Amino acid sequence: MEDASYVRSEMLPAQSPPASETGIVHWVRANLLSSVGNIVLTLAAIYVIYLIAATIGPWLYRSVWNAGSLQECRAIIEANFGPGKSGACFAVIAQRWEQIVFGFYPRELYWRPTLTLVLMLVALGPILFAWVPRQVLWFSITFPAVAFWLLWGGTVWLPVMIVAGFVLGYVAFRVVSELNGLAGVVAAAVVPVLWWLFLCGPASDVLQSILPIALRELGSDQFGGFLLSTVIGISGIVFSLPIGILLALGRQSDLLIVKTFCVCFIEGFRGVPLITLLFVASLLLNYFLPPGTTFDVILRVIIMVTIFAAAYIAEVVRGGLAALPRGQYEAADSLGLDYWKAQRLIIMPQALKISIPGIVGTFIGLFKDTTLVSFISLSDPMQIVSSIRANTEWNGIYWELFMFVGLLFFIFCFSMSRYSMYLERKLKTDHR
Amino acid sequence: MAEAALDHTIDRSRMKVTDEVAIQISGMNKWYGTFHVLRDINMSVMKGERIVICGPSGSGKSTLIRCINRLEEHQQGTIIVDGTELTSDLKNIDIVRSEVGMVFQHFNLFPHLTILENLTLAPIWVRKVPKKEADETAMYFLQKVKIPEQAHKYPGQLSGGQQQRVAIARSLCMKPRIMLFDEPTSALDPEMIKEVLDTMISLAEEGMTMICVTHEMGFAQAVANRVIFMDQGQIVEQNAPREFFNNPKSDRTKLFLSQILGH
Repeated sequence: MEDASYVRSEMLPAQSPPASETGIVHWVRANLLSSVGNIVLTLAAIYVIYLIAATIGPWLYRSVWNAGSLQECRAIIEANFGPGKSGACFAVIAQRWEQIVFGFYPRELYWRPTLTLVLMLVALGPILFAWVPRQVLWFSITFPAVAFWLLWGGTVWLPVMIVAGFVLGYVAFRVVSELNGLAGVVAAAVVPVLWWLFLCGPASDVLQSILPIALRELGSDQFGGFLLSTVIGISGIVFSLPIGILLALGRQSDLLIVKTFCVCFIEGFRGVPLITLLFVASLLLNYFLPPGTTFDVILRVIIMVTIFAAAYIAEVVRGGLAALPRGQYEAADSLGLDYWKAQRLIIMPQALKISIPGIVGTFIGLFKDTTLVSFISLSDPMQIVSSIRANTEWNGIYWELFMFVGLLFFIFCFSMSRYSMYLERKLKTDHR
Repeated sequence: MAEAALDHTIDRSRMKVTDEVAIQISGMNKWYGTFHVLRDINMSVMKGERIVICGPSGSGKSTLIRCINRLEEHQQGTIIVDGTELTSDLKNIDIVRSEVGMVFQHFNLFPHLTILENLTLAPIWVRKVPKKEADETAMYFLQKVKIPEQAHKYPGQLSGGQQQRVAIARSLCMKPRIMLFDEPTSALDPEMIKEVLDTMISLAEEGMTMICVTHEMGFAQAVANRVIFMDQGQIVEQNAPREFFNNPKSDRTKLFLSQILGH
């Protein structure tokens, strides 16, 4: 029998893997040519790629950027590349891109949406990236009012007075909560609402008559194209996240009324197609409002889109909350953190991190769903494309316009997707 | 297992049981639904006492210490911690929780924060300590549990034993008067149990009032001044460790001891 005892006299150092397991040759072999079946699939894939490139390549190569109509485009292509050849007619985009992007916004005022976009990027800075100075956050908070004023115009005092409502709410909270905590919360909700309903308008009129500062006022019927999609989409995204988080917390609450309300809200709005909510926004809402109130149609649509997305976000966040071990709540409790501090410092940072893919997925869906507003006769980019194609000069063109609209949406959605991946990487601290 | 803590020479100069009551539990009952999990618990813990609670699983020992900082709610009887009675009054609960530190079986560190941030979070947000001071306190306690070099790592990068020592330091940063340990070594590899027990022993040497749910009988013999044995939600026997281990009175205790020490 063999002797069972064995003693190692020296420990082995780590060695680098053999050359056949690394490098490009290994990669090609492992990923493209690992078996006969895979070799066949690789060749087939190369052939398909070739076919696609062989069709689209020449079409793009023969593209025309400068022409007045589709006929003119075709004539130029035939003159350059011979009869029967087809090519892309991007001239339509060169001529009409402003309409697709800005809708019916007056041309001399294009600087306003453009400036809004630039300011929006500044405002997003401190929210999206940690290296942007924190002081910029103050600008981010006021940005919605600034954007509203720049886009719709009118007196500057209206948005200022709307913001003043929030300040009043805060002051009311500080003053009243000295006496009673719950009364403070109620005051924080009631005071601003009363202000907005009864005093906000007159106050801004008075201030306007004292110190008139105003931009040319534009109606919501002048919004269209990608500008409209962006206004609805971004507002929906910005407002639905906090509402969704509160709904998710409410759904987990021990307070019966809060819980019931949140469950009904989430299930109710999630169970209805967005398009019906949009019809409610455009047609029915006016019946419920006091007669004579004009309630901007874009604002109504934003409210509906926000509610719809918030219901989805709530469920996504609930999934993140459910994934946290109970020990995290217990550790927070045992250290003496109260409910809101525990949520803010311990629970939400982790739950939201888990929910990032779901949240961004919902945002991307929301952004693309803004094209549905064409059904309530708002001019989303597709609607504008249709009207361009109805034109005699461009009758019969379709690929080029759809590609352009698709590209605009793709840029937004793809950036969101990349940002979410960056964020996930940045927040990855579990080192699993 | 038992030897791990015994090779340590223990400095008993500051381990003094006073006659000041730290925790008073009387006539306490608790149910989970209809299941009677804690039955007529009466115990008082003096300041400076080091109590080990043991018993078979499901005997209610974890539930008992979790009632002391109200992670679990009791339905009958009274629990008074450091003069504050635990009721549904949130203010009292907050007072008790800031006096009582707790260490869990699964550490429950916050994985999204660095070790230092784990330690300073509660002092900054609950005690309103300035950040610089909180950092200094945190480093002092990390020094104490012998891992100051890990301050800027994340919990996921540490071994189980290190994580548990961080968890102990995190509780100590709140300057608690009482420490609760809920099976602090049960989730650890044998090699790491000793480092955690050593930390707990040095805490005992400083005169901390401690209640430990643990099966480390060596630890119990070395530092505890009282061992409580629980079964079926009731306190079956309690005694000084020497008496408890050498001369158990109840048959249930004898059976339990023969099973955990017999092999």
